[in-house]
Amino acid sequence: MEILKGIAASPGIAIGEIFLLNAKKIKTVKRKIDKNSIKGEQERFKSAVSRIEKQLKRLIDELPKEIKEHSSILQSHILMLRDKMVYDRTLELIEDETINAEWALDKAMSQIKALFATVKDAYIRERLEDISFVINKVKAALTGAETRLDLSSLKRPAIVVANNLSPADTLHMRKENCLGFVTELGSRTSHTAILAKSLGIPAVVGVENITSSCLSGETLILDALKGKVIVEPDEETLKTYEAKQKNYIKYRLEVISNSNLPAETKDGYRIKVKANMELVEEIPIIIQHGAEGVGLFRTEFLYITSKALPTEEELFKTYKEVVERLRPYPVTIRTLDIGGDKLASGICHENEMNPALGLRAIRLCLREQGLFRAQLRAILRASAYGDLRLLFPMVSGKTELVEVKALLRDIMDELEREGHGFNKDIKIGIMIEVPSAVLVADILAREVDFFSIGTNDLIQYSLAIDRINEAVSHLYEPLHPGVLKMIKLAVDAGHKAGIEVGMCGEMAGEPIYIPILLGIGLDELSMNAMAIPKIKKVIRLSQQEDCFQFVSELLSLDSAKLVREKALTFFRDNYPQDMETIDFMEVGLSI
Amino acid sequence: MTSNKIIERSITILNRLGLHARPASRFAQTASLFKSDIWLIKNGKSVDGKSILEVLTISCPSGTQLTIRAKGPDAKEAVEALEELVAKRFGEID
Repeated sequence: MEILKGIAASPGIAIGEIFLLNAKKIKTVKRKIDKNSIKGEQERFKSAVSRIEKQLKRLIDELPKEIKEHSSILQSHILMLRDKMVYDRTLELIEDETINAEWALDKAMSQIKALFATVKDAYIRERLEDISFVINKVKAALTGAETRLDLSSLKRPAIVVANNLSPADTLHMRKENCLGFVTELGSRTSHTAILAKSLGIPAVVGVENITSSCLSGETLILDALKGKVIVEPDEETLKTYEAKQKNYIKYRLEVISNSNLPAETKDGYRIKVKANMELVEEIPIIIQHGAEGVGLFRTEFLYITSKALPTEEELFKTYKEVVERLRPYPVTIRTLDIGGDKLASGICHENEMNPALGLRAIRLCLREQGLFRAQLRAILRASAYGDLRLLFPMVSGKTELVEVKALLRDIMDELEREGHGFNKDIKIGIMIEVPSAVLVADILAREVDFFSIGTNDLIQYSLAIDRINEAVSHLYEPLHPGVLKMIKLAVDAGHKAGIEVGMCGEMAGEPIYIPILLGIGLDELSMNAMAIPKIKKVIRLSQQEDCFQFVSELLSLDSAKLVREKALTFFRDNYPQDMETIDFMEVGLSI
Repeated sequence: MTSNKIIERSITILNRLGLHARPASRFAQTASLFKSDIWLIKNGKSVDGKSILEVLTISCPSGTQLTIRAKGPDAKEAVEALEELVAKRFGEID
């Protein structure tokens, strides 16, 4: 038995026989040619390119409808084939250096490699792999070798093991008996990995030396959840994995069919589970994953992307679409939450020593009233089309809130005069993310309809930790007793004033924190849509009575370390089966 | 008289992922439909707009400002078509 590590590229578990694809390395024969042969050599190259081009075009035509969208990858391969850096350059080199086509092609490739080496963006650098695939196919065609992946001898279901697979190879696999594949090269963002994901073929890539570590016919376990492959597993391992595979299939089916079940604890506490969103395109995923609305609609995108400030009409159109498409679910929209430096239009360009503590969010909006008014008008107008709620970020005390509310009233009067429809009773809430807001939460609670705790900033400001700074990032601890007390204070103050308190930070989407949040008594959790099914499941397995007890014990502990230990033990003791399924989610399983 | 006209236009990349593989390939594909020579210019560095490889290597994340320059008989049409392609985020949902 041998265990090898790689990168999980497309989730799943496969167990089966190995089908080893021996990559016959094409040796480049380097040869000088004489002047009279230049034309002939160029023709030989041109016809090899045409053959590969035809082959790729045929493959595009044969793609089944479900994966038609991926034809663009193959289209880009055709473009690369005809790119002047490949095509024209090779022809030039044949002539200028009187060398054969293979050699010229190799030289053209090294030049492209050198150019790509200067690119900073890793994703773009990886496209070099696509160019290699294309060039290798041309080389194979030049030598008359087979240029298509030969899976004809794959008669039984098997796991394909290869040095590398091109996107075209991967597309061939669908028809064959391919249970999954393992490659030595490749990364999570390679086109081959992306294709495997949409074809639903489990895949682990980047497994060094796999082709020399196994033989066709041997048994292989492909754990594409953890990025592991096991060659010739022993009896016990095999049994464990057969059970894991069964669980995984069951889990996936369950996620799909149960995502719409309510988030209700065993003892009947119903907590609202909503999604965080940024783009209109996310709406189908949000609904599919069982969200009961949007708890945090971030509005920065339109401001960051366009050169000029977005107009009220542009904003209105987008907000209206979101509200209408999510109706009857509520949508909580957060007003602009960035610093002036992030605005593409650059209205304020002051260099701040400390942007996190600088002119941002509500502070910026209150100063740049033209900008703020346009957004508030757009939001209010969109409120006529569904259940839209307003959320203000970074409020630190009552003064800001009084100012915001006065502005809002003024805009409402204005809209009324102009004859625009809007919801006069629109619910207004604030983000609880500045420590001072927690300490005066009792005062703020009388002024608003709801609180939403933003844990990311609240933790950063409470612990004075910049998470990006590696020297201190290990001190960022959501379970710090100080953080827990902050959250509890805010929730208690809200409830005392009779308003709802939600949470929309990362903490809300992590299973381990759920018993604590239930025990503190939050009314709503808003998170990345992908996390919703598992969080709902954790909630359904919980007993709120036990969580109350558990939280009061946690609050008596005196260090973050002790709190974390206790939280982990509690989770293990009360949710044994789910620790396993949570692992599945951690690899970014998307359904 | 119009055959050597140079047309330039400033554009901003709006796609969330920037000018990555698919948009770069659509850009080069569209540029190749025109007779004019087409360049993409970023910070004074210019690349051939018809070459997917060159377009890829200038690496343009979202928000990057570029200039499209075209020279030739259909320069105006080319620049307009490319400008629209960029404005429509290359037809991508992102």
